[in-house]
Amino acid sequence: MGIYTAITSVVGFIYFFPVLWIILTAFKTRPDALAVPPKLFFTPTFDNFVSVFYRASITTGTSQATDMGLYFFNSIFIAFTSVGLALIVGTLAAYAFSRYPLKGNETYLFIILTTRMMPPIVVIIPIFLMFRLSGLAGSYWGIILLYTAFNIPFSVWLVKSFFDELNPEIEDAARMDGASERRVFFRFCIPQILAGLSATFVFGLILTWNEFLFALLLTGVETRTVPVAMARTLGGEVGVDYGLLAAIVTLFLIPIFFVTFLLQNQLLRGVTFGTVKK
Amino acid sequence: MADAGSSGGFGAWLLDPKRRGALLVTPALTILFVMNIFPLLWSFGLSFFNYRANRQRVPQFEGLENYADMLTDEKVWERFQTTAIIVGSSVILQLIVGFLLALMFAKEFPMRRIVLMLVLTPMMLSFVSVGVFFKLFYEPTFGIVSYALNFFTDEPFVMLATPAGAIAGIVIADAWMWSPFVMLLVLAGLVSVPKYLYEAAEIDRASSWRRFWTITFPYIKSLLLLAILFRTIETFKLFDIVYIITEGGPGSSTETIAVYLYRTAFQFFRTSQSSALAYIVLFIVIVLTNLYLYSVNRRAKEVD
Repeated sequence: MGIYTAITSVVGFIYFFPVLWIILTAFKTRPDALAVPPKLFFTPTFDNFVSVFYRASITTGTSQATDMGLYFFNSIFIAFTSVGLALIVGTLAAYAFSRYPLKGNETYLFIILTTRMMPPIVVIIPIFLMFRLSGLAGSYWGIILLYTAFNIPFSVWLVKSFFDELNPEIEDAARMDGASERRVFFRFCIPQILAGLSATFVFGLILTWNEFLFALLLTGVETRTVPVAMARTLGGEVGVDYGLLAAIVTLFLIPIFFVTFLLQNQLLRGVTFGTVKK
Repeated sequence: MADAGSSGGFGAWLLDPKRRGALLVTPALTILFVMNIFPLLWSFGLSFFNYRANRQRVPQFEGLENYADMLTDEKVWERFQTTAIIVGSSVILQLIVGFLLALMFAKEFPMRRIVLMLVLTPMMLSFVSVGVFFKLFYEPTFGIVSYALNFFTDEPFVMLATPAGAIAGIVIADAWMWSPFVMLLVLAGLVSVPKYLYEAAEIDRASSWRRFWTITFPYIKSLLLLAILFRTIETFKLFDIVYIITEGGPGSSTETIAVYLYRTAFQFFRTSQSSALAYIVLFIVIVLTNLYLYSVNRRAKEVD
């Protein structure tokens, strides 16, 4: 087994290498980041991490706080709220699609799926106009509702497949014992699919965490997310500051990495659960 | 209808059997309608006018002219070909890599949790950062790819200068990012294969090749199809990575339909034409999805 671990670790390490290179770049000085030949060993510096939050002003020469802290808060707040919201309304809808099929159930499900297939560029102009007219542009609620809408199709389809796997006889037995519908839902159905719900949450979070195009157009100074701030570091006169960008990327990776790591077992079980054939 | 104020009233009202199903789907459908379906219909309407987002004049109704323009435009067909090449090669590469990784992780071994995290990380990076850093990796003087290749050849390696190299550069970056996704789905299938089937095969002394095709493959087939569908739809929309790594070049050799769509909408401001093109894309994706759903349903019936 030792050899197997060694081999897989090497494969994993090779796969991880580009990420490792980005993380290493975050600790490099500007000359080291663009050294020829590329440097694997160097004297590490924390300057890039400092300048994520404090940057020397060109005019006064003094150190000024950047708004990156706010952008990190925004990214976390917006992503977690919208994925959570999509999971809640998605689970309710999925339960209905699974247990109380409406007329044209399949059609609804297909339309829901279709909304996810559209190239996002098409809806940008109407959404942009809509946001400006309704005053949602630049607000937390606007972008949160938009991301919620993006996550609903995925949540509904995945969570429905979990409900479909459950044995309805247990629910019927509970009903015979006088359990209310609400009790059946909260006490019998939800606990059984917790792993699946966690997996859906992680998937949604990964897909939302890095969204760029809509965040660029629809967030304001107060609600800007990290990917937008990241892209704004690219347009310097002296070329891309790879060290600074790498530092932001590294810091931005930490929360999502941590959540995925914590829910890893659920992620694997959840994926399996929703797809096993009876 | 029960009074919402009485004890447990709201729950009872919400779960009134007659409207239970409809009520439960209402929040989801409302958000979807406002944020997704309504804008989609709006741009569908726009696709019949000659609206340009940077002009003030009142748009004129043009009927199907935008669709006719787009379908007869040679450029559009070229972009579709480019997209098909990139989608095809990227999805195939993702399937191969994802499948091999899944085989690797199907066994339990010490440190599995940690090694798995290493492989899952690329998925968590933003397109912007993957684009910028892969462009740096491919860079002829500073890049690690050229540096590594210089051990084998003295010629400086310029990855993105040729159409084939540029396409390979995009495909590698995209496949690297999303193979872990395919891996997760295939892994789910591999774990679901009942152990006794393998034990039976052991007794029958079936070859590992035969064991794979008769036992493993049927269990992962539907998941592989699901992976192909998801990744095809997503790669079809591939924009950020292409735009950052090659900007569609050299020439227009890597300009995907999504990049062309972006240029039509935001550089040439042909808003209506871009809406028409987007609906053509959506039509293609819907046809693909239906083919997929059809094949899955047929399979489900076979199993029953």
